[in-house]
Amino acid sequence: MKHLQEKAALREFGDNQIIRVSTRIMVPFIQLFGLYVIAHGHVSPGGGFQGGVLLGASYILLALAFDLKTSFKNFSESMNGILGNVGALIYVGTAVLCALVGGLFLDYSALTALLPIDPIQWRYLGVFIVEVGVGLAVMSIMLSLYWDLSSGGDMDEGL
Amino acid sequence: MTWQLDLLILALVLICAVATIMARDLLGAAVIFGVYSFLMCLLWAEMGAVDVAFTEATVGAGISTVLFIAAVLRTSRRCKD
Repeated sequence: MKHLQEKAALREFGDNQIIRVSTRIMVPFIQLFGLYVIAHGHVSPGGGFQGGVLLGASYILLALAFDLKTSFKNFSESMNGILGNVGALIYVGTAVLCALVGGLFLDYSALTALLPIDPIQWRYLGVFIVEVGVGLAVMSIMLSLYWDLSSGGDMDEGL
Repeated sequence: MTWQLDLLILALVLICAVATIMARDLLGAAVIFGVYSFLMCLLWAEMGAVDVAFTEATVGAGISTVLFIAAVLRTSRRCKD
């Protein structure tokens, strides 16, 4: 274990052409699948949580195959914080907006007061909006969990 | 759907659960726990709960195995007791 930790500190660990190339090929497809799962969450299995975890897993794979600095170039820490908070804000904002325009908390059919389309159609749209928010928040939390746990909190070296 | 398949997967899940507890090597225990998560995912998909199976495959087998391995690399690999 000491040997492994020393090698990990010297960055000689897992620095392999095959791993890097296959990660570069796989990451866009994982992200596309994550977006598909979020977008189709209200009609098929999956949803905001699973899609967000998939999006987070793609960046975790990037941080595992390269190191944390390379992963910060693709997705910075401040961007992660902003997106996570925006996701939570989308969820709570939609819910509170429903309550403000005269319905109950998270009662999407009340949003017909804003845009007059069918209440059933609004329910369908509302679940989608909320799931986008959930996906962003979950992606941010999964990524920061991995960053903090793998670098011991100081964010300068990964596994 | 078929109880024979359910029983087979359930037996494998039990074996993996016991092996996770009994393993002396913590890195090995983390990997066996990933196998446990995949078998649990298979069991749920087989019983018709596709949404739960999807969550188990992404969170249980994907993220938590990586987090466990990250935690094991920060501590010692051998179990003391």
